[in-house]
Amino acid sequence: MSCWETVQAYAFRSLGYGERLLPRGDFTLCQHFTLIGSGLIWNIYFGLLALIAGFLLANVLAVGKASPRPWLSKPADWFILVFRGSPLFIQFFLAYFIFLELKNAGFMPWLTSAWAGALIVLFLNTAAYSGEIFYGALKSVPKGEVEAADAYGMAGWTRFKRVIWPTQMRLAWPAYTNEAIFLFHATTLVFLSGFPAQRQQGDALYYAQYFADKTFNPFVPYPILAFYFVLVTLVLIFLMGLINKRLNRHLPQATRTRVRYRPVLMR
Amino acid sequence: MFEFCSDPAALDTMRWFACYFTTGKHQLFYWSFVTVLVLLAITAPTALAFGFGGAMAARSPVAPLRWFGKGYISVVRGVPDIAFFLFFVIALDQGFEWLRHQAFCPDWTEAIRQGNDFIVCAEAKLPLSTAPQWVHEVYGFFLAVLTFAIVFGAFAANVLFGAMNAVPRGQIEAAEAYGMTPRQAFWRITVRQMWVYALPGLSNLWMVLIKATPLLFLLGVEDIVYWARELGGTVLPRFSDYPHGDWRLYYFLFLLVFYLAFTRVSEKVLARITVRLSRGQATLGAT
Repeated sequence: MSCWETVQAYAFRSLGYGERLLPRGDFTLCQHFTLIGSGLIWNIYFGLLALIAGFLLANVLAVGKASPRPWLSKPADWFILVFRGSPLFIQFFLAYFIFLELKNAGFMPWLTSAWAGALIVLFLNTAAYSGEIFYGALKSVPKGEVEAADAYGMAGWTRFKRVIWPTQMRLAWPAYTNEAIFLFHATTLVFLSGFPAQRQQGDALYYAQYFADKTFNPFVPYPILAFYFVLVTLVLIFLMGLINKRLNRHLPQATRTRVRYRPVLMR
Repeated sequence: MFEFCSDPAALDTMRWFACYFTTGKHQLFYWSFVTVLVLLAITAPTALAFGFGGAMAARSPVAPLRWFGKGYISVVRGVPDIAFFLFFVIALDQGFEWLRHQAFCPDWTEAIRQGNDFIVCAEAKLPLSTAPQWVHEVYGFFLAVLTFAIVFGAFAANVLFGAMNAVPRGQIEAAEAYGMTPRQAFWRITVRQMWVYALPGLSNLWMVLIKATPLLFLLGVEDIVYWARELGGTVLPRFSDYPHGDWRLYYFLFLLVFYLAFTRVSEKVLARITVRLSRGQATLGAT
């Protein structure tokens, strides 16, 4: 089988199109690249949707946590505490068993499949982490800017939309970029936790592990996986950098913050 | 455990649970919490040592050593940690066996990698096929610890590298003015002063490390996740004196609470350490 035929057969294998059987022996480098790349579709699917949905919820959580009303701040606080204080791996398992109970009771059986169930967990998880970042940024919005808004007669929603939120995003963005990268890394856990990969349709790590198990040689599939993830990380940094540039465009050159890759310090 | 447990089917709810929670398998479950704590207790200092080595290498005036240090830090950080775990567990095992193979069977002529097999001579196997079961388990645990230490060592190296550079230049200059050699200045000043700058990063790392412990399950260690799945699954009356339905939800709920409590306590302790370490420092947090 030539490499192009392999690509045709396996490029969308992770979504269930193309060849049904996975390659069984005499694995070529081309098969490695194609299948692991095919699995990457799932990682991007999970990462992108969770990131977008999580961003919206995170804003609500940040404002909620900063609220002086306890009936707003307490739930947000607890939500962030639970999701940040426990391992994502355990959250996946727990969510899967909850969805399983729901399915047995006859509610929403599709929740037990990874595309929906795992997405929800990732969405809630990243919302909690980003919510904490946004909350920290909200607390460090300069007082002077808010007072200036007051002096202009702005209040409530207008003040938030025009003054507080843009500054909050600007301050939070470098850390948020970090969180986005971590989210993409976390998507590799989906098919290793409770959620089963149906008909061998898994993510990039699932196929990398498949190859490593079959060939008993970890030195080929995992570096390929690493290559793909470094690529995803670079694209992500580039895109988030563009947004960061726009958020900072009113500032003098020297004081602009640049998006830098600083993992761990936030999560 | 208790003497009234001899006939579980006849017990009332309270006693049934008292018996159920003290079965042999449950005691293994409780011991697996100790496994996790032992892993943390060994991994944290080892990773810190790896991190210290990595940070020193990254600051080294010798170029190849510096490249190695910087490469170590950036490669491990850019890739999902779980991929590294799965990679290192096999790679380390094969690496050790390969080394022993070279040492013990020098006259072995066949290739080690034959198609999809990795074949070393019997004396080079780790652990030896004649070794008792506990040796296999300890070896598996050792591999897991080493893997954790390598991955988290890179993160720690990143933190310590930043912290070493954050020590005010004036302090090093003062040390040099007193006639200390660079080596003395490093050990007597930089290493003593860097902790307060490293602490926020290190405490975050500790939290990440705690939350990474369930991944032990993926490395083949019989940890709390393994037992929670094992014990929580549906048990039929045929196989056990304590039949029950699918209780995995409750077991994992318990694990969640365990981790929440653990991270909460850690947070409190780390906050106290921060206060203690910043005593006498010219920073805003100092008292």
